[in-house]
Amino acid sequence: MKIAVCIKQVPERDARLRIAEGGARIADEEIGGAAVEINESDQYALEAGLRLAESQGGEVVVLCLGPARAEEAIRRALAMGAARAVHLNDPAFQDGDAAATARALAAAIESEGPDLVLTGLQSDDAGWAQTGVIVAARLGWPSATLIMEIEIEDGKVKVKRELESGWFQWIRLPLPAVLTIQSGINTIRYATLKGIMGAKKKEVRKLGPADLGLSGDQVGASGRQVEVTRLYVPEKTKGAEMIDGDAPTAAARLVERLQKEAKVL
Amino acid sequence: MAGAIWAVTETGSRAAGAGLKAVSNEVIACGQALAEALGKELEAVVVGAGVRPAAEETAARRVNAVRLVDDPKLDPYTPDAFTAAIKQAVDAERPDLILFPHTYQVRDWAPRLAAELDAGFISDVVGHRVEDGRPVFVRQPYQGKLNADCVFTDEGSHLASLQAGAYLADDAAAGNDPAEILLQTVDLSGVEIRTEVMETFQEVEDKIDLSRADVIVAVGRGIGKQDKIGVVEALAAALGGQLAASRPVCDNEWLPMDRQIGSSGQTVSPKLYVAVGISGAIQHLVGMKNSGTIVAINKDANAPIFAVSDYGIVGDLFEIVPALTARVKEAKGA
Repeated sequence: MKIAVCIKQVPERDARLRIAEGGARIADEEIGGAAVEINESDQYALEAGLRLAESQGGEVVVLCLGPARAEEAIRRALAMGAARAVHLNDPAFQDGDAAATARALAAAIESEGPDLVLTGLQSDDAGWAQTGVIVAARLGWPSATLIMEIEIEDGKVKVKRELESGWFQWIRLPLPAVLTIQSGINTIRYATLKGIMGAKKKEVRKLGPADLGLSGDQVGASGRQVEVTRLYVPEKTKGAEMIDGDAPTAAARLVERLQKEAKVL
Repeated sequence: MAGAIWAVTETGSRAAGAGLKAVSNEVIACGQALAEALGKELEAVVVGAGVRPAAEETAARRVNAVRLVDDPKLDPYTPDAFTAAIKQAVDAERPDLILFPHTYQVRDWAPRLAAELDAGFISDVVGHRVEDGRPVFVRQPYQGKLNADCVFTDEGSHLASLQAGAYLADDAAAGNDPAEILLQTVDLSGVEIRTEVMETFQEVEDKIDLSRADVIVAVGRGIGKQDKIGVVEALAAALGGQLAASRPVCDNEWLPMDRQIGSSGQTVSPKLYVAVGISGAIQHLVGMKNSGTIVAINKDANAPIFAVSDYGIVGDLFEIVPALTARVKEAKGA
């Protein structure tokens, strides 16, 4: 069984973000180096893919659209156990919306011909929650979102979908299919030292739009249908009363307010 | 009609009575504001099987018409049937803008519709304004840390989905007379439905009902490790409250799933809610923002949790929480 897993490199949750000149994107130099990681739900998707490849036999191919720094995320995925990777690394891919990114990913997936595509339900940076489903639509494949369990059957996949308010649903789809994975589906493995060493030798194919049969204006900023015109720190509307002081002082001040103002103690 | 704004509502399954979900009125409220600002007609869309009662309920709102898309193939919900049905309706009627609630179900099929229409889709919107006769939608990327103004750059029928709670259902004005219900004919006979829906269920174990608690102390990712949770548990005990968690804590199995607050867990509104090491992703906020008094303790002064809190302390939770526990014990003992 051949499984493609789409991953994205995103700023770490605690990363300090600096808005770039022009005001519409994050300054890329600020999110280089240590302050990046594989998007959380993509990590769960990768783990799910590795487990399926182990139980069913087969391999995981990682796909990642991103700048040169994303190679670090790709190497980590290879160290965890992916067999090889495809890196969509070209300036033309930058600043796409979900549709432009999905167009490129779908073309790369088509050239790989996997049985199953897994990705996270949404990215921790842009958070469109669209890309996986649009990839499926572009490929003409069925899709299911917010997946919490995967069972492979003969030519089909049976999955547990999370609904709202603690409800779930079992559904069955024919393969090939695209699944977007909910965080918490499994326990993510750590890369072993052997895995890290082995990853250095694994193949990473670098592809640009032309390699995918796409023109530069179909991808990235030129191919997008949604544009972010401005990025800014939200104005605080309500906002908390911030309590200062060292820990004992702040604790005393808070307890006093909870007793006298809020009257909840 | 061509150029209209559509407000797509959501109903429960037919087995559950096919009732109109509350988020539908939030979409209508946004649609009313946009229709007025842009000088466009607003049409509500009700889609499903056996959903005429939901269409009648929707028709009481101030909308120009209700489009009823009712077909047996639309129950149970599948992305193939919903996409095909609304694609046919859009191709026939050419609305300018299609608004959805940003529900789990919409996330499952609206991106597919956008792809099939080859139309821009701005998802998870928290607000809007109108500039030069065009809508500008505001989203909150980077886990709610930043706002992003977004516009469509293509022509055609655009899509936008609205975050739960961003618009108020109560703002959806009632109409003077019931709006006309237009039967939107679709032909789904040739549509192959690839999803086989098997079983819908709730995972009930000995579930703790957190909605009854007067005091909840919730712990988030900031705790870092399972063996540190005792620090927060001690505060919950001192306050006589229940211990709860945000999703990442349950995903890591540091606490059981039935302690989870948020869109995929429980919705609570205790008198006092203390959020420890929780940054305040929207998925968590929707489960607790109606609490009486909210206290947040977080090391990041820009964490979105502070925006919904009454009191905030910025700092190391491993210093603040034990100090707070000691002080609470003192206050209660007095």
